[in-house]
Amino acid sequence: MKNIFKIAVRNLIRYKRRTLLTASLITIGVVFVLVFVSVTGSFKSIMIGEVTDSMLGHLQVHRKGYVASIDSLPLNLNMKPKAYAKMAEMLKSSPDVEAFSPRLKFGGMFSNFTETTSIRINGIYPDREFQTVPFLTSRISEGKKTISRGEIMIPLLLARGLKIKIGDAVVVVATNVDGSVNGKQFIVSGILESATGPGGRDGYVHIEDAAEVLRMTELEVSEVAVRLKDFNHLHPVMQQLEGKIAAELNKEGKPLFEVHSWEQLSPFFNIAKMIDVMTFFIKIMLIAIVLISIMNVMIMAVFERIREIGTIAAIGTLPGKIRSMFIIEGLCLGVVGTVIGDIIGGIIILIINLTGIRYNFGRQELLLHADILPADVLTISIIVIIVAVAASLQPAIKASKMEPIEALRHV
Amino acid sequence: MALIKAKNISKDYQTEDVVVHALQEVNFEIEPASFVSFVGPSGSGKTTILNIIGCLDKPSAGELMVADTEVALLGRKESASFRGKHLGFIFQDFNLIPVLTVYENIEYPLIMVQNIEPAERRERISRMLVSVGMKDQGDKYPQQISGGQKQRVAVARALVTHPALVLADEPTANLDSQTAYAVIGLMKKMRDDFGTTFIFSTHDTKIVGEAEVIFRLEDGKLKAKEIKGGIKQ
Repeated sequence: MKNIFKIAVRNLIRYKRRTLLTASLITIGVVFVLVFVSVTGSFKSIMIGEVTDSMLGHLQVHRKGYVASIDSLPLNLNMKPKAYAKMAEMLKSSPDVEAFSPRLKFGGMFSNFTETTSIRINGIYPDREFQTVPFLTSRISEGKKTISRGEIMIPLLLARGLKIKIGDAVVVVATNVDGSVNGKQFIVSGILESATGPGGRDGYVHIEDAAEVLRMTELEVSEVAVRLKDFNHLHPVMQQLEGKIAAELNKEGKPLFEVHSWEQLSPFFNIAKMIDVMTFFIKIMLIAIVLISIMNVMIMAVFERIREIGTIAAIGTLPGKIRSMFIIEGLCLGVVGTVIGDIIGGIIILIINLTGIRYNFGRQELLLHADILPADVLTISIIVIIVAVAASLQPAIKASKMEPIEALRHV
Repeated sequence: MALIKAKNISKDYQTEDVVVHALQEVNFEIEPASFVSFVGPSGSGKTTILNIIGCLDKPSAGELMVADTEVALLGRKESASFRGKHLGFIFQDFNLIPVLTVYENIEYPLIMVQNIEPAERRERISRMLVSVGMKDQGDKYPQQISGGQKQRVAVARALVTHPALVLADEPTANLDSQTAYAVIGLMKKMRDDFGTTFIFSTHDTKIVGEAEVIFRLEDGKLKAKEIKGGIKQ
């Protein structure tokens, strides 16, 4: 085997320029894929983090049918106190749940006494909300990092549009579940930066204030946001939870609750999926580059060395060994290109991590860092090397099947 | 007992329209440790007969026993194994592997074909390098040595596996006459030293004289067998 490697390496060195060009092509492909995967991976994790940790939570539980009408924030589909208590008990007993936060959501009118506009309000228990979506505090650009009774946090765009400052008095007016209208005055305690996705431009008040605006005699809950201890266990935990809540039926024997992951609630999931598809196609392109370039080189190598193949076959080299020689040549080419690509890719990723890439996503400016797992680097490298070997197979088989007499006659 | 026994060997090639009879019912026997030449003009069938003896080609008809093996019946893999075990080849164009040094070229069949232990390998190669007069040239690559030296290396490569038979197709065709004689002399010396049978083809009348047994071919037919010392059949 050592000798086969020696011959393969020397044959690669023999055609220096061609080897260099092919290895460079593989290197460029590997570098491109590594940088692309790392930057898009960073973009994805930042965005998923923002969506889950500053707004949605990892999972949400609603009364059955609420999500279908979520745009209108239907008050008649809130969970009654008894139902919420059952749900809270279920979540408390789950070892995978780190925190959960009940929310009372409603749509209403917002006025600074001179101008009026619409607003969506989340009534929350501040401590529980900040435990469930910890990045929410980082979105508070001005004001207190918490909220008390009689206070409201409003989105930045609304504050700018209505020229509202911290400490200003505002009024929130909302239609109650029975159709009557009620209003309540709040003091602006915080201004929130906008975020991408549902709830990214909502205001926040204390949940008891929300219940007061809606004239609820007993506290109802629109949704329960859930934070898991391990985000990677999202789907198994969700399945578990679905199993548990399936047993909770209303008087008509229909399911009482429904559970959704952030993926089902946020449109960003489609962007994330698109990024995955793009990454997949970039990988396919890399595979095509490696496949075509190595196959081309190996076909040339076989063609140029027909007499040599004839000689080694004539002196008794078995077809399997002739095949191995060419496969190992392709393997060496793939390994060299991949290793150099990994090193250069690693250096570029390091530089990106030191400098960061500023990227405007809508109204937000993101500071991207290249973020790639060693397992991803390993997977990409193994794919490239396997493809390099696969690309050498056909020329190698052709070489091993050559009749020595024909090969020796070749001019 | 004869090393090679050929009985009614024929070889036909089908071209587009016609059938070429490259060999027609050729019969001969070759004894071990003999120094044999097949001679004849171009197209007489010299190379064809060497290819058939060397298991590189199969006869269209007839029987051919080489080292007690009916070589025409061997499959592709068996042929390769047989060649590696019993035969050595010397080519007109030397056919050394350009990416290997002189030493490595001689070593090649020992590793890749016969899988000989390193210590024995070193010993055999050193002996062979001395025998062919290339003792100090082991580190050179084929492109750094002359044609005559290349053919010496080819002789060493053919003999290092201790074959029963070495086949050389026009081994001196690309050499000047002085070097050609030197190479034939070397082959003869090797036959004397190792007891290996040498069969070579040539159309060079001067070189032919060096053979001890000469088979004359013409139009695919064996016309005469001459044994040095004047016996003609």
